[in-house]
Amino acid sequence: MIVSQTIGSAVIPAPGTKYEKYARGPRRVNLEKWGWIYMRASGVLLAVLIFGHLFVNLVAGEGVKAIDFAFVAGKWADPFWIVWDLLMLWLALIHGANGMRTLVNDYATRRGLRIVLLGLIGLATVALLALGTLALTTFDPCLGLTAETADQIPQCVM
Amino acid sequence: MGGTLYRGREGMWSWVLHRITGVAIFFFLLVHVLDTALVKVSPEAYDAVIGAYKTPIMGLGEIALVGAIGFHALNGLRIILIDFWSKGTRFQKPLFWTVIGLWVVLMAGFVPRQLMHIFGGA
Repeated sequence: MIVSQTIGSAVIPAPGTKYEKYARGPRRVNLEKWGWIYMRASGVLLAVLIFGHLFVNLVAGEGVKAIDFAFVAGKWADPFWIVWDLLMLWLALIHGANGMRTLVNDYATRRGLRIVLLGLIGLATVALLALGTLALTTFDPCLGLTAETADQIPQCVM
Repeated sequence: MGGTLYRGREGMWSWVLHRITGVAIFFFLLVHVLDTALVKVSPEAYDAVIGAYKTPIMGLGEIALVGAIGFHALNGLRIILIDFWSKGTRFQKPLFWTVIGLWVVLMAGFVPRQLMHIFGGA
C-alpha cells in the first residue's frame, strides 16, 4: 500500500486520498445547486399558473377591457384565486430576481456596481413580495359595492 | 466566408432570447405588482390606473408581453428537457424549432383575440 509521503514541509497525499474540501466533516448546503433546481421547478409551475392567468384575464370573457376593481373583487372573493395569485407572486418574483442576479453576475464586472445592483434587486423583491402578499391577504372584495350591487358577490350580502 | 464574427446557431439564439425576454418580463412584473396593489388604495385609484392598460398602444404592448412570456415559458421547458431527458442534448436544435412552432400557434390563437378586444367591439 502506498502511503502519504512527506518531503520537507510538503505533503504528497497517497493516491485515492479524499480532496480536503470534501474530506472535512459534513457537506455544506450548495446554494447554487438549489438555485438551479428552483429555476426549473418554479419554471414548470409558473408555466401552468401564468398561462392560466393570461387565459382567464386576457382571452376568456371580454379580455383586458373587462379588467377593473369589480373584476379583481370577483376573482379574489374566491380563495382559489388568492392562493393561485399568491403562488404566482412568490414563485415569479423569486424566479425573476434569481435570473436578474445571474445576469448581473455575468455582466456587471465592477465589484461596486455589482453589489449595488444585487442590493437593488434584493430590495425590490422583498418590498414587492411584502406589498403583494399584503394586498392579496387583506383584500376586501365588498369595498367597491353599494347596497344595491352587494348581491354581485355572495359574501357581501349582509 | 462571412467574416470572423461568431453568429452562433439555435443554441445561441435561444440563450439570447431567453435572457432578453426574462429581463423584460421581470420589469413588467415589478410594475404589475405595484398596479395591482392599488386595490388597497381605493377602487377608483385601481380603475384609473388600469384604464391606462386599455388603450390600443398598451393592447399592442400586451401582445409583445404575451409573446415574451410564451417564448420564455416554452424555451424554459426545452432547457429542462435538455437537462433531464437523456436525448435532450442531441435534440436541442429540433427542440428549439418545436418551441418556435408552438409559439407561433400560441400567438396565432392570442393575437386575433386581443386585436378584437382592443379594436373591435367584441
